[in-house]
Amino acid sequence: MRILLVEDDKDVAGFVVKGLREAGHTVEHADNGRDGLFLAASENFDAIILDRMLPGGIDGLRLLETLRAQDNATPVLFLSALTQVDDRVKGLKAGGDDYLTKPFAFAELLTRVEALARRGKGEGPSTRLVVGDLEMDLLSRGVKRAGQKIDLQPREFRLLEFLMRHAGQVVTRTMLLEGVWDYHFDPQTNVIDVHVSRLRQKIDKPFPTPLLHTVRNAGYMLRVEEP
Amino acid sequence: MAEPAYPIRPADIESGIDAGLQRVAAAIANEAPQKPRRAFLRSASIRFALLYGLVFGVSTILLAGSVRYSTLGILSRQTESAISEDGASLLHSYQSGGMPELILSLGNRIHENPDDSAIYLLVDPLGNRIVGNMSSWPAGVTEDNIFYKIPIKHFTRRSTAEMRAYGLPNGDQLLIGRDIKMQVELQTILRDAMFWALGAMIGLGVIGAVVIRSVFNRSLADITATTRAIARGDLSQRVRRDMSGDEFDIMAETINDMLDRIARLMDGVRQVSNAIAHDLRTPITRARTRLEFAASHAASADELRAAVERATGELDGVVRVFEALLRIAEIEAGARRSAFGPVDLNPVLTDLAEFYEPMADTRGIKLDTSWPTEVNVIGDRDMLQQAIANLLDNAIKFAPEHSTVRLAARLDNEAIEVHVADNGPGIPQQDRTRATERFYRAETARNTPGTGLGLALVAAIAQLHQGRLRLDDNHPGLRAVIVLPRNFTKMQGTIRNRLRLTGDRESTLAGPGS
Repeated sequence: MRILLVEDDKDVAGFVVKGLREAGHTVEHADNGRDGLFLAASENFDAIILDRMLPGGIDGLRLLETLRAQDNATPVLFLSALTQVDDRVKGLKAGGDDYLTKPFAFAELLTRVEALARRGKGEGPSTRLVVGDLEMDLLSRGVKRAGQKIDLQPREFRLLEFLMRHAGQVVTRTMLLEGVWDYHFDPQTNVIDVHVSRLRQKIDKPFPTPLLHTVRNAGYMLRVEEP
Repeated sequence: MAEPAYPIRPADIESGIDAGLQRVAAAIANEAPQKPRRAFLRSASIRFALLYGLVFGVSTILLAGSVRYSTLGILSRQTESAISEDGASLLHSYQSGGMPELILSLGNRIHENPDDSAIYLLVDPLGNRIVGNMSSWPAGVTEDNIFYKIPIKHFTRRSTAEMRAYGLPNGDQLLIGRDIKMQVELQTILRDAMFWALGAMIGLGVIGAVVIRSVFNRSLADITATTRAIARGDLSQRVRRDMSGDEFDIMAETINDMLDRIARLMDGVRQVSNAIAHDLRTPITRARTRLEFAASHAASADELRAAVERATGELDGVVRVFEALLRIAEIEAGARRSAFGPVDLNPVLTDLAEFYEPMADTRGIKLDTSWPTEVNVIGDRDMLQQAIANLLDNAIKFAPEHSTVRLAARLDNEAIEVHVADNGPGIPQQDRTRATERFYRAETARNTPGTGLGLALVAAIAQLHQGRLRLDDNHPGLRAVIVLPRNFTKMQGTIRNRLRLTGDRESTLAGPGS
């Protein structure tokens, strides 16, 4: 995927560019708002990672507003040290698609950007999700693995649906909290881990190969183990 | 390695706030003694009384003027028209019957005029009296056909009359007049009354000014004294209230609310600087030491990686603490009421119970729930969720295995209460007031994970919703209760609203046991 990074901090930018390239993406980098706006407006990107506070007279918000005024709908992820809820709301109102606060875990940034870029592609509404031998029918709300029916609680179903929609990607605890429960706070305890381990009991335990993997220091990933 | 330089020390922040407070208090207690001679006029109450007196005086004078015009003016005009009519009729007699007819008419008129209020005098060209009830021609009357108001000697008595002279074709002169002694007396009475009224008004005005000044002073002296004390740095002072609910009382209440808030913010700053010194330095030091040690001692890449990962974990903890601190500060600043709206707590509680149930289950804890079908409050759904989640987090963390954690909501006439109760170690009575401070950790909780900010955040959220967090003994364990008022009121009300509300307003002070 082609990704534009607009970030003025050299260290952070260097580290993000390196990480994204290692993950197989093409990355352009601008270290001020003016260059960022020029690149964003003149070339095609699958996603833009945008710092809120930028030198050069055009900050992240202005850049995004200008871009949206030109009917440019490239998905944008805000990266910002401004953590207040109102700042977040402002960013999303200006046309941002996601908001990540500094400091951040790179895995989380990667996952969120990839999710955004895919959303930008606009995949059609599907009624069936498949990962390996795990199948989910969204209409009848039935789940089967290797042809065997699995009974899930409504919330477990939504958790699995979220993981299946992000199959092959790292999904962080925060993403699960927001995506499945619509909670915007940080529980002090490992509640999410308990939910995931319950789900694992049902979809992985009775079968020979696991699908739901724990990614250290990041979160979880649903994928078919490569042989 | 060079010692890091901190551009802003906590002490600087505090002294900065002190200086700011002093300016505010000085502005409130604006009574800087300049020239004592003009101090009298600079008193707001005296100015108020003088202005009031002036408006009152001007309106009195206008009123008196109009009374005078409408009474004396009308009387005078009536007299003039009577004289004119009389003159015209006598001239008519002269024209129809000559001198004899005129003298006869005059005689009749004088005869029919027992109280001598009408005055007639006919003189020949030399000034000798022909007929009339006046002894001689008054010196003041020199021209014909003009009204004169002059003092006269009417035979023996002195009086004032309004008179007019008519010249006859034969050279004789006729004088017709009316005695206006009554009018003059009325005028004198009116003038005297006006002077007395003016004098009384000035007297009352002065007395009023003194009374108003003393009322103002009594009400403001306390406020002035308090704000001066605050400006000197004594934040414990509060304005005395008389609970009457009048404007001064409301001002005192408002100032006290403001001072409470300033005191809380100052406390917050102090706590946060202490916290930064301890609770943030500790993990940063740990991470730093770990990295430094690994850099010089790690034997293998795996060892190095493990050290880096643990240091990253520690830094994540620091970030979490930072975020919680900022969030509390944000909530305490009260800037987040924009997202307030009606919220039904029933689905919120149901979801949270479902969210925490598996977690409780892993420790064999039973989650016991009960609440009414509708629990409507005004608030921010996200924040209320977070507050209840924090309490559940704590309860499940501290409850002994195979015990029961109770989540319940209750409504009564004034308040909505959300209870979270466990049978864990609880918080000792003497610590409960401190439990909502930032970074409070009970002795028994020293070794459990957590930031020590959970209850502080809950208290801040409750306070933002004009409620409070109460910590009770659950015999054994802790029962945390979020108390929310049922009729949430807009904080920024007009004076009128405040007057209406002072009676039943609930204290917005957070803190257990109050």
